[in-house]
Amino acid sequence: MSSLGGMPSALDLTPELRRVVSASVTLGAVVGVFGIVFGVGAVSAGGSVLQACVMSLLVFTGASQFTAVSVIDGGGTTGAAISSAMLLAARNGVYGLTMARHLDGSLARRLIAAQLTIDESTAMATAQTDRRERATAFWITGLSVYVFWNLGTLIGAIAGSSIDPETFGLDAAFPAGFVAMVAPHFSTRNGRLAGVLGGVICLVTIPFVPIGMSILCAGVAVLVGVRRP
Amino acid sequence: MNEISWTLVLVLAAGAYTCKVLGLVLIGARTLPKVVDRCLILIPAALITALIVKDTFSVGQDLVLDARALGVGAATFAAWRRAPLVLVIVIGAAVTAAVRAIS
Repeated sequence: MSSLGGMPSALDLTPELRRVVSASVTLGAVVGVFGIVFGVGAVSAGGSVLQACVMSLLVFTGASQFTAVSVIDGGGTTGAAISSAMLLAARNGVYGLTMARHLDGSLARRLIAAQLTIDESTAMATAQTDRRERATAFWITGLSVYVFWNLGTLIGAIAGSSIDPETFGLDAAFPAGFVAMVAPHFSTRNGRLAGVLGGVICLVTIPFVPIGMSILCAGVAVLVGVRRP
Repeated sequence: MNEISWTLVLVLAAGAYTCKVLGLVLIGARTLPKVVDRCLILIPAALITALIVKDTFSVGQDLVLDARALGVGAATFAAWRRAPLVLVIVIGAAVTAAVRAIS
């Protein structure tokens, strides 16, 4: 292992590691497209270009950011936006529990790794078979998603200020992006049950609870997990 | 009409980072009860599906059926046929825009 504690130097890439690096960078580039959609959405929900960019730099967890923007855009309060977004952000803590077993290094390194602990980096890391590949996949995916997500946000926020999102159907780009995002979670029986139940709960609560809180209500559906898969 | 505020941006930034640090650095490799693990892992399925429903079928507190339903329906079909992510988004937006343009 290199002195960087799992981060490979450019000189000692085996073909296997090269494959991991290229898959990780590709994933980052794809996420950049999501970043553009987020940037457009954030400014159309009344955010400034700076707010959109600071959000992507500091919050850096896509689904939570989309949730916050979608709740505000739908007329929900800041409180409703924060609570729904935080519920989704909580899963990064769960990913952290998993990644803690695979990453080592100083406290400072782990504090940086924490910011990069998201869906993509965790998924890419846990898909690898040995410790070094896992660390490489985690760091390269995390860093490339970070770069592309923020670049995408900037481009989207600037472009979004000058176009009408509805003319281009960009309001539907949000839920369409969510569809692509949720698809892997429907691969298990419990995932499908929780998804369908969450959708139904949301639909029936929308007319009766404050805007955005229907998302929080749907959180009850995770209790499907009490039963063994 | 509510807008994105600095309060939202900064509270969310602090909260999201706290979750990440809690998991990776503070709790670390300690394990949670299996049943808690099984429930937490279902959060994205439940909440993201709820977001799809909300963004497709509602305006504020009203349930509506409009161009978005067809767009998101087309995107769902594309995702089910394992279309790449970018294509799923483009199909969703393009179908919605097209339905709006002709109706």
